Parts: sequence; C-alpha cells; structure tokens
Amino acid sequence: MSPNLTLVLISGLLVAAGVYLLLERSLTRILVGVLLASNGVNVMFLVASGAAGGAPIIGVTDPQDMSDPLPQAMVLTAIVITLGVTAYLLALAYRSFQLNGHDEVADDVEDAAIRRLAEADLASDSYDEDVEGQPDEIGRGTADEEGERVPAPDPEAPDAPELEHGDDAEPPGAAEPDPDGSAEPDAADDLGPPHEPAGETR
Amino acid sequence: MNNLVPLPVLLPILGAGLALALNRRPRAQRLVSTVVMVAVVAVSAALMHLSDRLGPIVLWVGAWPQPLGIALVADRLSSLMLVVSSVVTLMVLLFSMGADEEERKRETPVSIFHPTLLVLSAGVSNAFLAGDLFNLFVGFEMLLFASYVLLTLGGTGERVRAGSTYVVVSLLSSTLFLVALAAVYAAAGTVNIAQLALRLPELPDGIQLVLQLLLLTVFAIKAAVFPMSAWLPDSYPTAPAPVTAVFAGLLTKVGVYAIIRTQTVLFPDSHLTSLLLWAALATMVVGILGAIAQSEIKRMLSFTLVSHIGYMIFGIGLASISGYAGAIFYTAHHITIQTTLFLVTGLIETRGGSTSLNRLGGLAAASPVLGILFFVPAMNLAGIPPLSGFVGKVGLLQAGAQAGGFLPYLLVAGSVVTSLLTLYAMAKVWNRAFWRPRSAEPDALELVAGEEHSGGGAAPGVTSPVTTAPERARRTRLPRPMVATASVLVLLGVGLTVVAGPLYGYAERSATDIVDGVAYVRAVLPEGIR
Repeated sequence: MSPNLTLVLISGLLVAAGVYLLLERSLTRILVGVLLASNGVNVMFLVASGAAGGAPIIGVTDPQDMSDPLPQAMVLTAIVITLGVTAYLLALAYRSFQLNGHDEVADDVEDAAIRRLAEADLASDSYDEDVEGQPDEIGRGTADEEGERVPAPDPEAPDAPELEHGDDAEPPGAAEPDPDGSAEPDAADDLGPPHEPAGETR
Repeated sequence: MNNLVPLPVLLPILGAGLALALNRRPRAQRLVSTVVMVAVVAVSAALMHLSDRLGPIVLWVGAWPQPLGIALVADRLSSLMLVVSSVVTLMVLLFSMGADEEERKRETPVSIFHPTLLVLSAGVSNAFLAGDLFNLFVGFEMLLFASYVLLTLGGTGERVRAGSTYVVVSLLSSTLFLVALAAVYAAAGTVNIAQLALRLPELPDGIQLVLQLLLLTVFAIKAAVFPMSAWLPDSYPTAPAPVTAVFAGLLTKVGVYAIIRTQTVLFPDSHLTSLLLWAALATMVVGILGAIAQSEIKRMLSFTLVSHIGYMIFGIGLASISGYAGAIFYTAHHITIQTTLFLVTGLIETRGGSTSLNRLGGLAAASPVLGILFFVPAMNLAGIPPLSGFVGKVGLLQAGAQAGGFLPYLLVAGSVVTSLLTLYAMAKVWNRAFWRPRSAEPDALELVAGEEHSGGGAAPGVTSPVTTAPERARRTRLPRPMVATASVLVLLGVGLTVVAGPLYGYAERSATDIVDGVAYVRAVLPEGIR
C-alpha cells in the first residue's frame, strides 16, 4: 500500500498548525488548535484506510473495490468526541471570561507561592547586612511570576505597595500603618494588579 | 455467564441516565446511584471469581462475525481492577452523600454529581474490559469527559484554572492516542488486541518500536509518569474531596493498567526495561521530593500519588512474573489507600477549616477518631509492616533483587528511599496537623508565601496577614455518615493486609497469565482467525 502523499501533507500541516495554537495561552486559540489537530488526525485515518474505493455496501460495490469502512467508523467516533470537546472548551472559556475578564490559562498559584518562599529565603540572608533599614539589592524589588524584577516602590510615595517580605526592613513610607491598606494594589496577588489583566504582565 | 461482562459498563450508564432524569428528586437519585454501584460491585466480584476459575471471559458485543465486532474481555487482571475500582467508587459515593446539605450546595451540585460519577465509573469499567484498542480509547474518553465535569464542578475561578490545564493535557494525550490508533491500523489492519498480538510480531522491528513508544507515551501521560506528570498535582487538589479521591484512586491506575496490557499482550518481546526503570526512578524521586516541599495536604498527597506510580512502573519495567505480580498487587493496594487518604483529608478540611499545614493544629486532641482514620492509611502508604503497602513493596523489592544487575538494584535503593521520604511527608502532616497545638499566630513562612489557594488571591498585608483569606467555618462535630464511610475504607485497607496472601497469589496468577499471553489470545479468538 502506498500512502496518498496529498493526504499525508494535509494531515501534517493541520497537526502542525494545531500544535502551534495549543501552545498559546488563550483557551479560544487552544480550542482552534484542538480542532485543527483533530481534523489532521482524522485525515491521518484516511491515509491509514488505504486506497479510496466505492461505497462499502454489499450488492452495490464489488468487495474488491470497496474502501475500508472501519477507519471511517473510527473517524466518525472521533468527530463526535471532538464535538463534545468543543462544546466543553467553549463553556470553559466563557466561564473563565466571566470570572477573570479573559480566557487565558493562569499559572499555578502554589508554584508562585513556593517560588516566593524561595526568594524570601534568599532575601532574609542579606537583611542582616543592612542596618539602615534600606532594602538591599535583593529586597529592592519584588519579582513577578517570571522572575523579572518589578521596579522598587518609591519609599516616599504615600500609596507605595508594601514589600511583602520586608517586615523587618520596611521602607520609611510604609512604617506607619495605612488606614485602608486593603485597597492597595498588591504585588503578591497572583492574578496581577487588579487594573490590568494577568496576560499582559507576562 | 458471558452476559455478565458488559454489565459493569451498562449498569452505570443506564443509572446515569436515570439519575439525571431524577435530578429534582435527590433522594431517589441517591437510591438509584447506590443500587447501581452495589450491583456493579457484585457483578465485578462474580467476574473475578469466574475468570479466576475458568480463565478469561469474552463477549463479542452484538454477535458480529468474530474478528469484526467489539470484544469485551474480563481476565484475572481486568476483573481485579474492576472489583477494586467499583468498591472505591461506591465508597466515594456514600461519602459524598454524608456531606451535609449546605456544603453540597456550595461545592457539589448534586443533580450533576451523581450521574457524572456513574459515567466516570462506566468509562473506567469500559477501559478495563476493552478487548480492542479503539474501545479502550472510547473508555478513556468517557472517563475523561466525566472527569472534566467533576473537576470544574461549580465553576469557581480556582477550579476553572485547574480544569483548563487538565483539559488541555488530556486533549493532547487523546489526540496522540488517535495518532497511535491510526498508525496501528495502518500497520496491522486491525485494532483488536488479540489479533494485534498475532500480527504485530510479523512487522519490522522499527515499526513495532514506534507503535510501542506511541502507546507508551499516551498511557504514561494518563498515568502521570515523569516527565509527563506535572499536570497532576496542579489540577487535582482544587476539586471537592470526593472527586479528588476518586480521581486519585482510579484515573491514573487506568493508565497503569493500559501500560501493563499493551506491554505484555502486544509487545511481549520488547521490554524497554531500561527506559521504564529510569522513568520509574525519576517518577518516584521527583514526586516524593515535590511532596516534601508542600505545606498543603491535598497537594502533598497528589505528589505522593505521582511518586507511587513509580513503584508500579518499576514492576512493569522488570517484565518478569514477580515484577508484574508486584505491580498488580501494588495497584490494588494503592487505589484503596490513596482514595482513603483523600477522603480523610476531606474530613480534616471539614473539622479544621483548612487543608494547609500552616493553619491546622491540635487535631489529635480535638478529634481522636480523625487521628486514627488518618494515621492508619498514612502508615500504610509509607509501607510500615505489617500493612499492605509493606507487602506490595517487599514484593517489588524481591522482584528487583531477582532481576539483579545495576539498574534494578538502583531502583530497589530508590524505592526504599522513596518509602522513607513518604514516611517523612506523612509524619510532617501528623506532627503539624495533629500533634502541634493549634496556634493563633500564623507561621512566618505563611506570611511570606501567602495563602492564595484558599483565599482566591487574598493579599497578605502587614496589618491583617491572614484574616483577609476567608477561613472555612470549622465544625465541632464531623458528619457521622462521612466518618463511617471513611472508617469502612480504612478497614478495607487494613483488610487488604489480612487477605494479602490470597490476593498476592491472585496477582501472581494474573501476572503468569499476561506474561504467558496465550490464554488471552486463545480466549478472544477462535482457532484459525488471524
């Protein structure tokens, strides 16, 4: 059996495009990726079924000329399953949009917490050297989820976000308790500051 | 007798439909799902008995001419898995009924929960009974779809986040499975497992290896074998306790079962021993190191779940009768124990208001019963003699020592270390949640790390570090039915120790069956059909 080159190429192209979209953050793009990839796989089943032939109905086509019906039955099942997946993913993306204002797959919260813990461990070693109460190199900025430095808050600014791991080395501005501290944008908030969607920070 | 075989699939599906139709009458719905699951347990037990006495039981669904239709096969291995999985599902069902009305409304909308759990059970049974690869795929899809719904039950932000990762990973593995199926069909012209067992050896070695690796990758994603395990600890802990329990018990084990099945029946001559053993070692060590780092019980248990999958892969990688026997026994043990631990964690959450070790404390004094319920399965998981975890581990270690050589001995050492570290992780939970007095002051570490998982992004500010995160209301009394169900499961886990001799014998007989392979093929296919 020699495979049909056109079908093989189409299948490869669809799967490649699907995989590219699957790697995106947005659930809608992932959905399109899933659709493309699964169609690519369905075409692959056509390759697997061999040469095309007549309708596989006894009495209509000679058994020698029939195309293989079994892969087509499998493809039908796969298509039905993809339909269900599409409906579910759309619902999930919509729910995510309702809750967060976007449909992006978020980072794991606990991972971020553990990473902050590790950073705090790093920082606490160096706090002793700093007798003036000025944050040192490590304590100067808080890291966001990608580990990139967020600029240090201005210690004089009245609404500067507190350094979350700077309890014993507080900048002077944060020394007096803030009356409505709960309203501050919080650098530790995993979903990002409330005024901008999390996706833009990455 | 053959007509018993499809019942573990049919009954839950029909029950799910009926339960969905009764969604406005919770009491009738509960009755339906309980009756159905009890019936499935009974049928599975009968299948286990019959297949042990008479060999594999086969049903060609719809009575098509023989190699054409879909075959359902219940041999020793699959019926053992059926029994354990249906018992565990029944227990989880009873446990979830014990949750009081208020909690159920918030966490698990009952009208969806019962039908979905039944569909999950049907999918698991279908995967265990499948006699062809495509039916195995359908079984996987059934259980995956049910698990998507269960994981995002209620649609809170946290569950949607965890659900997205899980769904995308599962979709990827399903797509790969379809690719593997297309490749298998193109190469061999069939997807019936017994027929493949006859046809695959005639193919060139390279093609066989490609097919084997494709299938192995697919099932390793489902079974959460390192390096395809990262999705699991991220997605499981956010679901309600009964859902996490049934996932932890069943879903990964279906992957392990599929690996055992394909490795033995389809590719009996290509063991891939070193690949599997390295993967097993990495799964064990990376998983347990992850568990140690956690301070949240559900996440810690999810990591130990990944880690202990490594034991089963260890047994499979050895590819000897004693290795498979150890893996099968360990799977049966682990389904029970891991489910029990997650259910007890649900109780801890009810009683202590949290599952974070930073906030719990003094539970041993507050609720001694809860202490016993946690302690026994925790020690069982760590493999303290004479509990069943010890028996399973000793079996695997013996199999490793029998195999000899550098890698098996490395794995033996790795499993001992993993076992020790599991004990460490469990002792950490015990010391901090049960023995330590409950402190009003939050931990310094907690101040830094924040506790977003329970507070939905609550900010650890300077003035009120903890109170911003809403703590669950603590209950002074545990709901009696939940405690009773958890106790029954703990007793079942201890019971595995009591019946360890016969059960290990059974596991050895099933291992002999599958290594032999002839009985399976002969039972499915009449003479002469290839």
